[in-house]
Amino acid sequence: MAATEKEREADAAAAVEAIELPLLLEAIFQRYGYDFRAYAPASMKRRVHRAMQQEARRTVSGYQERILREPEAMARFLDAVSVEVTAMFRDPYFHKAFREKVAPGLRGLPLIRVWHAGCATGEEVYSMAILLHEEGLLEKTRLYATDLNARAIERGKQGIFPLKHMRDYTANYQKAGGRGTFSDYYTAKHDAVIMRDFLRKSITWAEHNLAADGSFNEFHLIVCRNVMIYFNRELQERVHRLIYDSLAPGGVLALGHGESLQFSLLEERYVAVDRAEKIYRKIR
Amino acid sequence: MKYALVVIGASLGGLNAVRTVLAALPGEFLLPVAIAQHRRADAGDALQRVLQESCLLPVREAEDKWPIEPGTIYLAPGGYHLMVEGEHFALATDDPAADSLPSVNALLETAAESFGARLIGVVLTGTGRDGAVGLAAVARSGGCAIVQHPGAYAPGMPEAAIEMNPKAHCLPLDKIAPYLVQLAAE
Repeated sequence: MAATEKEREADAAAAVEAIELPLLLEAIFQRYGYDFRAYAPASMKRRVHRAMQQEARRTVSGYQERILREPEAMARFLDAVSVEVTAMFRDPYFHKAFREKVAPGLRGLPLIRVWHAGCATGEEVYSMAILLHEEGLLEKTRLYATDLNARAIERGKQGIFPLKHMRDYTANYQKAGGRGTFSDYYTAKHDAVIMRDFLRKSITWAEHNLAADGSFNEFHLIVCRNVMIYFNRELQERVHRLIYDSLAPGGVLALGHGESLQFSLLEERYVAVDRAEKIYRKIR
Repeated sequence: MKYALVVIGASLGGLNAVRTVLAALPGEFLLPVAIAQHRRADAGDALQRVLQESCLLPVREAEDKWPIEPGTIYLAPGGYHLMVEGEHFALATDDPAADSLPSVNALLETAAESFGARLIGVVLTGTGRDGAVGLAAVARSGGCAIVQHPGAYAPGMPEAAIEMNPKAHCLPLDKIAPYLVQLAAE
């Protein structure tokens, strides 16, 4: 069947965009040093399209011009690509598995170092801090929360979240096997809550870019959930190497449940602690 | 073979509709099928298990970067959007254009981009409008657009899809699988 005119137009537009997108990411890298060149294209393309709409730009080239000349547009782009839909105790099955299968193994350690790589605004870091507290482990734990987005890090550090989310978070917390009362972990003020001091003090926040930066410590647990799904296979492998190099022997890696180690060369260096929840232990 | 991938989107009433389509596919149906069925992020793997019970082909929750293999049914796992990227799947927890999880539009649009005229897109029962824009992308790139109509349990999604794609093939539920089998033989 011959292609219709509409189909040919669509093909031509797609061909032009296939040229423009890598150029945009290259421009961002050269101008601002943020490297999105190895991000997974399908999702990146959708985010660029949304950002273009918001900036009222019809073409990627037009959008690139604005990004290059206006740092504020770059900051908005960073928010659009790096801040995830996130929530406290977002994944009750993971938190349950963690309590049952990982927490017991941490008890014997004199000091526990945890790295949340790609923590966005920190909801899941606070969840982990609460969980470790309820397991009696928080006092000897240091949590390191990193993200490439400085604005997200700043928000996480403040530990202030909208009050309106607390109902959902409380339900998540209960589903995840929470042992206390969720409202004990924050103080409400007007329409916001601030996480309790002892939780905030357990976390160190820093900017860190998984696509460019190296290892900065040795950890007993690394949580990197639903971060690498936005990377292509090569960048995923880089990050797997970085994580492996940052894990203590016997250390635990937690991925999102739609992720796995199956494409990584390092797969055989781990055993599954929980196959469905994608929790792994480094064995060699 | 003219077609290389089937993508199905469904929302309210979809469990029954998807099960009906899958149950009627023969064991030698070779086209891979990717399904975005709206559901709660923490719904677990119940959908996979229920669909597998009545389907001769393997039904699996897709994982990030899995290659798209023939003779396999893939589901968007709970809490993720499912997308197509070249010859493999990609997952996202967040999509800028989506108001449902998983987004039918995101799956249809990305699949249309990668598979073009080799794609069959199907919109089944559901409230809302998810899938309409995606099906238009399928049609625009020369793929085959199918809508469950008439008789959808929730007619919102099918009607929105037809409104945007007046030339889509409208079929009642029990005729969809036989039509897919016919298209797969082309």
